[in-house]
Amino acid sequence: MNDRSTPAETRHWPEAIFEVLKDASIAQIAYVPDAGHARLIELCHADEGMRAVALTSEEEGVALLCGAWLGGARGALLMQSSGVGNCINMLSVVQECRFPLLSIVTMRGEWGEFNPWQVPMGQGVASALGNAGVITEFVDDADDIADSVRAASELTFNAFRAVAVCISQRVLGSKVWK
Amino acid sequence: MSSDSSAAGRLDRRAAVEQILAERGDALLVTGLGSTTWDAAAVGDSDQNFYVWGGMGGAAMIGLGLALAQPERRVLVITGDGEMLMGLGALATIAVQSPGNLAVMVVDNELYGETGMQHTHTHFGVDLAGIATAAGFASARTVYTQSDLDTLCASIYQAQGPLFADIKVSPERHATVLPPRDGTHLKHRFRRALLGDEEAGALAGRET
Repeated sequence: MNDRSTPAETRHWPEAIFEVLKDASIAQIAYVPDAGHARLIELCHADEGMRAVALTSEEEGVALLCGAWLGGARGALLMQSSGVGNCINMLSVVQECRFPLLSIVTMRGEWGEFNPWQVPMGQGVASALGNAGVITEFVDDADDIADSVRAASELTFNAFRAVAVCISQRVLGSKVWK
Repeated sequence: MSSDSSAAGRLDRRAAVEQILAERGDALLVTGLGSTTWDAAAVGDSDQNFYVWGGMGGAAMIGLGLALAQPERRVLVITGDGEMLMGLGALATIAVQSPGNLAVMVVDNELYGETGMQHTHTHFGVDLAGIATAAGFASARTVYTQSDLDTLCASIYQAQGPLFADIKVSPERHATVLPPRDGTHLKHRFRRALLGDEEAGALAGRET
């Protein structure tokens, strides 16, 4: 079911992110499903060189990727903005140990949101991630997503930082309720 | 309950952890915050120990990420009942991934030892091994006696995982033995011991 009002010309950004992740030698993909990440999750599951790990809660993914780095593997965390709040204390491990952590966040609670319950966490993403020591970039143009993820990956794994790229509903299309 | 499951008859936590680690060989160890970190440090510090001094609820998942990254190495997580209870979802996630090289050991005194010895849910009957079994671990058991522990120790480093054991121990507290606590130091020394040149290259600024 396509439950998003997505402009046709922006539909290929998940493939572009996937290519960036492959180029960056990402071996573990941790995720809690989100409609905005559905295509990217499919691509990661289908790739033999990637281990896609479904989580019960996003903080598991933060811890998982700390362990991956200890073992010499790079990873990325895919989540919806509501999951950011679930990560906060586990991000203290990332900050204290300076683990590299690449996150790609699909936003709710902003551009065109229908569900008021999504708004508090969505609007809190920037300050929550900032307070937890995560460098955060928001992207609202589909053509910028791949470059932003590539730059975030370089910042993450070359400069050993926690970096999140947050993709706006302006790109994803707001969820259609009918 | 059998007499073995009463507090008086329970295993000593330090002795149990020492016995588990005696045959570790080149196994990689992740410990949870609090008493299990002191227990592992009391047995002896190692570059291949990663002590999680924070991030309560994360130890088992750190073990999973490590086990998936190093499928040829045995990975052992030793954590407490309170720490495990905070991350129960990890048992489901680990069971789904089913890493054959991961063992999760809970040293269960049924207490929050660092915060005033309040009871955890396991004191009231919550069965961690039952939860791990229901999640789909290859093997999950509760260890009450020395004989149970001997049986467990014979399989930890050989049996196909993921393995889970809830080891019931007495509430006795031991001297706090502090290992290194700087997170970046613990990370780097672990990676250097495990990865050698790759970590040395990263620290020297070379592309790895």
